[in-house]
Amino acid sequence: MMLDRRKFVQRLLVDRGDLLVVPGLGSATYDVAAAGDHPLNFYLWGAMGGTAMIALGLALARPDRRVVAIPGDGDMLMGLGSLATIGVKQPKNLVVVVLDNARYGETGMQPSHTDAGVDFERMALASRFRQARTVTRIEEATEVRKLLHAGEGPILINSKIKPEDVPRVLPLRDGHAIKQRFIAALNAA
Amino acid sequence: MHSPADIATSWPEAIYAHFRRIGVRQVGYVPDAGHSRLITLCQNDPQITDVVLTTEEEGVGLVAGAALGGQRAALLMQSSGVGNCVNMFSLLRNCGFGCIALVTMRGEFGEFNPWQVPMGAITEEILRLCGFLTYRVESADAVDEIVGAGCDMAFNGDLAVAILLSQRLIGRKQWTR
Repeated sequence: MMLDRRKFVQRLLVDRGDLLVVPGLGSATYDVAAAGDHPLNFYLWGAMGGTAMIALGLALARPDRRVVAIPGDGDMLMGLGSLATIGVKQPKNLVVVVLDNARYGETGMQPSHTDAGVDFERMALASRFRQARTVTRIEEATEVRKLLHAGEGPILINSKIKPEDVPRVLPLRDGHAIKQRFIAALNAA
Repeated sequence: MHSPADIATSWPEAIYAHFRRIGVRQVGYVPDAGHSRLITLCQNDPQITDVVLTTEEEGVGLVAGAALGGQRAALLMQSSGVGNCVNMFSLLRNCGFGCIALVTMRGEFGEFNPWQVPMGAITEEILRLCGFLTYRVESADAVDEIVGAGCDMAFNGDLAVAILLSQRLIGRKQWTR
């Protein structure tokens, strides 16, 4: 069984409170936008491979807040070293939720390494993440949402989503605007 | 006052003093002989979170995330590391994140390893193409002034600034130990 990506992300971000969210380029950014635009989303439209590291810098700067990185599998594969870097720093307030459809969705749904069985859950544990789990059923979203808000990090959630094309939901694309809006909202809170 | 001999060896302290002055709170680096003294100073400072990276590219993301959270971050890398960052540098330009990068040069004055030369020879040009202002430091007595100016431009102006520390400054002898 696999997850409906929109429904899953929607359930993770329902009543999100003061979560800081960094979605990776492509479908992850569209999924997070579809769950409801929010000034505390730092949408990425590029910087592939950098999502988890941006979230780490943010988590280290704001240990009083919960930070969620949401990369796709291709983004995470490009930044695998960042799992080791996060493992060294052990940020308690950081959760990485990989949206893994085992495909490169933006370029024509070519199979990714995870399609051959490469496994983020075990890589995260081997990188000293405190918790890692693979999620395949939508019923698990409630429990994962609790981890986003209160689990002791670093945590990695490997979310097995269906390899399907869903309509694009396009949020802000101006990087300066996304940054300024995020910083203003964070400072106001 | 420092004697010329002191300055010749204490330039990492001058960089560190500017980090303290402008309030750098995160430092990303890949272990490097030329930066070893500065890295140790940062590691020993409870006000600074040092983040050891697997590749310099990760540091660009770190700088952006730190800035989103209200902290200033610096990057320490070797000239070879600049090549590892190229696409990620677009993050700085697209969003206008300030960034100070201290780059120890390889592949120039007295380099013994020819494999360092192709990247070292194009490091400054690449940085400029990626939107960095670049300043070269050739001698120890210039470190304080140039790094100070670079830090101010990076964080007062939200600009990407790279300081290239020449191989002549760092000294070639430590590469052959």
